[in-house]
Amino acid sequence: MNIYAEEIISHYEHPHNKGKIANASVDFHEYNPTCGDDITVYLDIRDGKVRDAKFDGQGCAISMASASMLTDEIKGKSMAELEKTGVKELIELIGIDPGPARLKCATLSLKAIKKALFLYQHKEVDDSTKEL
Amino acid sequence: METLDVDAIRKDFPILKRKMNGKRLVYLDSAATSQKPIQVIKTICDYYKEQNANIHRGLYQLSADATERYVDSKRRLAKFINASEMQEIVYVRNATEAINLVAYAWGAQNVQKGDRILLTELEHHSNIVPWMELARRKGAVLEYAKMDDKVAHVDMGDFMEKIEKRPKIVAFAHMSNVLGTINNVKEMTKAAHKNGATVLVDGAQSAPHMKVDVREIDCDFFALSGHKMLAPMGIGALYGKRQILEDMEPFLTGGDMIKSVHYHSYEKNELPWKFEAGTPNVEGGLAFTAAIDYLEGLGMDKVRQHEKEVTKYAIEELGKVKGVKIYGPGMEEIERRGGVVSFSVDKVHPHDVSQILGEEGIAIRAGHHCAMPLVTERLGEAALSRFSFYIYNKSDEVDKAIRALKKVRRIFRV
Repeated sequence: MNIYAEEIISHYEHPHNKGKIANASVDFHEYNPTCGDDITVYLDIRDGKVRDAKFDGQGCAISMASASMLTDEIKGKSMAELEKTGVKELIELIGIDPGPARLKCATLSLKAIKKALFLYQHKEVDDSTKEL
Repeated sequence: METLDVDAIRKDFPILKRKMNGKRLVYLDSAATSQKPIQVIKTICDYYKEQNANIHRGLYQLSADATERYVDSKRRLAKFINASEMQEIVYVRNATEAINLVAYAWGAQNVQKGDRILLTELEHHSNIVPWMELARRKGAVLEYAKMDDKVAHVDMGDFMEKIEKRPKIVAFAHMSNVLGTINNVKEMTKAAHKNGATVLVDGAQSAPHMKVDVREIDCDFFALSGHKMLAPMGIGALYGKRQILEDMEPFLTGGDMIKSVHYHSYEKNELPWKFEAGTPNVEGGLAFTAAIDYLEGLGMDKVRQHEKEVTKYAIEELGKVKGVKIYGPGMEEIERRGGVVSFSVDKVHPHDVSQILGEEGIAIRAGHHCAMPLVTERLGEAALSRFSFYIYNKSDEVDKAIRALKKVRRIFRV
């Protein structure tokens, strides 16, 4: 199966929402030491909704394209909606099945976003991030 | 005229007939683990079909035979690396365990607070973390001899400077698993001894690929892994000079490493059994003999020559691919470079390179190669792609890998 679909390569070449948000409501850094994928997400949250989302970092095509698509997707979403987003929703969004070896690459940005939301709400990170 | 009859060799490795994604497997990851010839596989099967018994115990024929063959495998390995006697060969799981044995058992007796431990910047995690732990336990100081970036070798000036600070132990790889650099271990050992240090050479990457002579190197310890040299996983060896091993306290304790046990005391066994507690990997020892027979049948000089040829070819061909950067000693240093070639492809992450090659049936390694400080801190890369070669690799496999790299560049439009 070809995971390098046109859309993945295109997002990797020209990522959306790449950069930092000055005065972000919250930011979170996530790192995968086995492959070196490294990402920081920045969220601007107002009235319980994500007004803006950006990411910075470096990594493989799957991790970067996934972060690009996911930051597009979550803009305007409520925190309650984001809490419901899991691996299944992410795979639908990116349109490829990364397979077990690359799943962690695909989910890195979602993991960072989820943890950022916990941090923003001053909550302990729960088991919902474990599958990521 | 080829140095090795690679076509004949390939017939001995059943796995090389396998197809991956409908394509013939091209295995370029022997630095991680080698494939196994049928002679080794058969030895393991035959052992369990015909000879399985615990060693050093039974007075019956099966046990006596198993013991004899296990001891004999140590004699074979001793001869292979030119140790004086089989008493100097301690079987362990792998080179990592060999280094841990020294760091714990030798380190406990010989390293004190404030003592120095000298490594180099080129080491694998297995030759870093055990020393880091020893330094932490003892309050010792860990130092690294620098790498000379221009030549990808240990900076001998810096090494000499740090050696003169009289470290208690100096540990370095014979060959780097990332850069292929072959260290001048004889010279490094001599300098270390002159300054009163004990020397451990990590031979995980050298023993499978070149003639090793521990007495010529004159190192005090030499660590190796069987699984990188045709033997199965779970068997490796620590060579140690006899007197040093005699002076050491045991590492793991229990059965087999004792002569006698009383309720409040025990008497240690003779070498090398003093360091082998519990039932050992007998099948591994026997299969190690088969692996050494195989390598000696080819001749280690020819093995090295063959790998040099394939490596040279790979460096030449990789160098022609746009956007590829090769790490390690250059072509003019081929004599001091083993069969691993690490590289990066501009604008493409190594995991994507490895994935696309994998889809073509080509197995390469991508990542930090268990040498994170070297790859991330010294070379400044999050990860690298790596080809590594062995006796069964041919130059047309390099061609296949290069063609797949061109596909990588097409997919990524670079």
